Amino acid sequence: MADPLLKVSGLEVHFPIRSPFLRQRVGTVRAVDGVDLEVGRGETLALVGESGCGKTTTGKAILRLIDPTGGSIRFGGEEIAQHGPSRLAPFRRRMQIVFQDPYASLNPRMTVGGILAAPYEIHRIGTTADRHARVAELLRTVGLPPEAARRYPHEFSGGQRQRIGIARALALEPELIIGDEPVSALDVSIQAQVINLMKRLQAERGLAYIMISHNLAVVSHVADRVAVMYLGRVVETAPRETLFFDARHPYTQALLSAVPEPVPGRRRARQVLQGDVPSPAKPPKGCHFHPRCPIAQPRCAEEVPLPRVVAPGHAVACHLAAP
Amino acid sequence: MSAAASLPDETGAAAAEAPLLSVRDLTLHIPVPPHVLRAVDGVSFDLRRGETLGLVGESGSGKTLTALMLMRLLEPPLAALPKGEVLLDGTDLMALDEKRMSALRGRTVSMVFQEPMTSLNPVMTVGRQIAEPLVRHLGLSSREAAARAEEMLRLVHIPDPARVARAYPHLLSGGMRQRAMIAIALACRPAVLVADEPTTALDVTVQAQILELLAELQREMGSAILLITHDLAVIAETAHRVAVMYAGRIVEEAPVAALFAAPRHPYTRGLLASIPKIERVPAPTLPEIPGMVPGAGDRPRGCAFMPRCARAVSGCAAEPPPLAETDPGHRVACWNPANG
Repeated sequence: MADPLLKVSGLEVHFPIRSPFLRQRVGTVRAVDGVDLEVGRGETLALVGESGCGKTTTGKAILRLIDPTGGSIRFGGEEIAQHGPSRLAPFRRRMQIVFQDPYASLNPRMTVGGILAAPYEIHRIGTTADRHARVAELLRTVGLPPEAARRYPHEFSGGQRQRIGIARALALEPELIIGDEPVSALDVSIQAQVINLMKRLQAERGLAYIMISHNLAVVSHVADRVAVMYLGRVVETAPRETLFFDARHPYTQALLSAVPEPVPGRRRARQVLQGDVPSPAKPPKGCHFHPRCPIAQPRCAEEVPLPRVVAPGHAVACHLAAP
Repeated sequence: MSAAASLPDETGAAAAEAPLLSVRDLTLHIPVPPHVLRAVDGVSFDLRRGETLGLVGESGSGKTLTALMLMRLLEPPLAALPKGEVLLDGTDLMALDEKRMSALRGRTVSMVFQEPMTSLNPVMTVGRQIAEPLVRHLGLSSREAAARAEEMLRLVHIPDPARVARAYPHLLSGGMRQRAMIAIALACRPAVLVADEPTTALDVTVQAQILELLAELQREMGSAILLITHDLAVIAETAHRVAVMYAGRIVEEAPVAALFAAPRHPYTRGLLASIPKIERVPAPTLPEIPGMVPGAGDRPRGCAFMPRCARAVSGCAAEPPPLAETDPGHRVACWNPANG
């Protein structure tokens, strides 16, 4: 990709495991273990995988809410992985996050107007009157009435709260929004409203999204490209249609075959994976997926597979994937 | 306790016989002065041997409360409020005293909960939790029960069952805990299993394992399953029949193929349309149901879906529509149902 908005290379987030008595380091959780990603302007990259695969930690490290222990994060051409708080401040305006749980991510003691004005106060933007006008405009943008500003989060439903969370993320006119399971806590009929809202905002404002989700059907409606993570590593990256209809990594294939389809009697021959995801504190040697992989060979237990480009924009980290 | 206490070993050719479980006009109105919350409002359905009925609905639709009433698990002060009948092979569970009910619970009717971590006892080994109902209900000795517990763990495909039987729940992964809970619920081979969002807290690959397991155990034991979920895709793959709940009532009930192919209630149609599906060329926008579910305290007098309904007609505001049969086995509660 020429001139991506965000380019992440070799990102690592390792957490120490310390013994409770002497505080000695007794191990390492490799939550994110060498992740490469690119996001273009106005594009949606979906980051998918099961619990514990490191997708949320990757998102938080990109936002520098967690410090990466290695690798590079280039945003708008500038390396920010090692920036301290003052040099990060301008980047905080350009990248925002929408959280999964609309009940836990809004301060219950603040009015919605106060929540939405806070970003302007923190970044010292505008007069009080300007801020009022901007808050009203934000509410209108996400489909809420201006009176909502005087009310408290508990007075709203889950879907409305998620709209408030999106309005807050939009306040500083960011270029990139990371959505961490933004519709997972919502009912199906409300989910569609929020997905449509996010797509409309993207079209109007040229926003780039990183959508972190375990819901592959939702992802198939919002993503331009998809990266699949397993145990801290990206195992496959591809354009949306390729990933859903021509996946090459055995884990991606198993994940897709596990998605239940809302059509009775069209149940596909399912590859049910055996066992559980191993602990990221003790990942298997070689390919992390090899103990559960239906086609694993002896070399998979020894050598880490590096991402291989099999088609333009399609990379697979598997020794055995057909080119 | 009549015939309800045991399950016949043969399961085939059962669909035509009388229902095993018959729920009639189940109601839970909670007085919260000056309002009355109509949490569950006259729910009726039948469940036959070897059958899976999916009970689907969004948050607040009353599906979990329906299950808790049926299991007689509501706690005081709510415990005194339910009205209606739950006939299990002719015995009305609602009329039993707690002593007789607890003799059935875990033996003839059993329940699997959404959150295995909060439903398992953290200070008792998994093996003892499975053995407990066997000792209590079937009078097995503790040695026999321990052996049966290991066998149950093997049955739910837990590797190394002897080791897991001695383990405490926190040592197990989410998927393993859910398997352990299924082992507890099925230990006495119950005639009816109520599963409330049994896979919602799990990853898709583990969900696939658990759903296969439930189907396999059902074939083996012939239990009837009431599967409660918000996920229509899970219903499509596992249920024989579906009942859709909205605002405390069943709005549509049909065999699974008919419900998905020819839904007639506008809410069911909206719900099915709004599920994202994996397609080569997705529609630019997903169909939405406008508005939101009304709270249990401020439901309209007539049809509760009317304020969000595109097919509403003048009569909808006056009276809630009754659940009426439109085709054999297909019931719809709507004054202006769509053609299937």
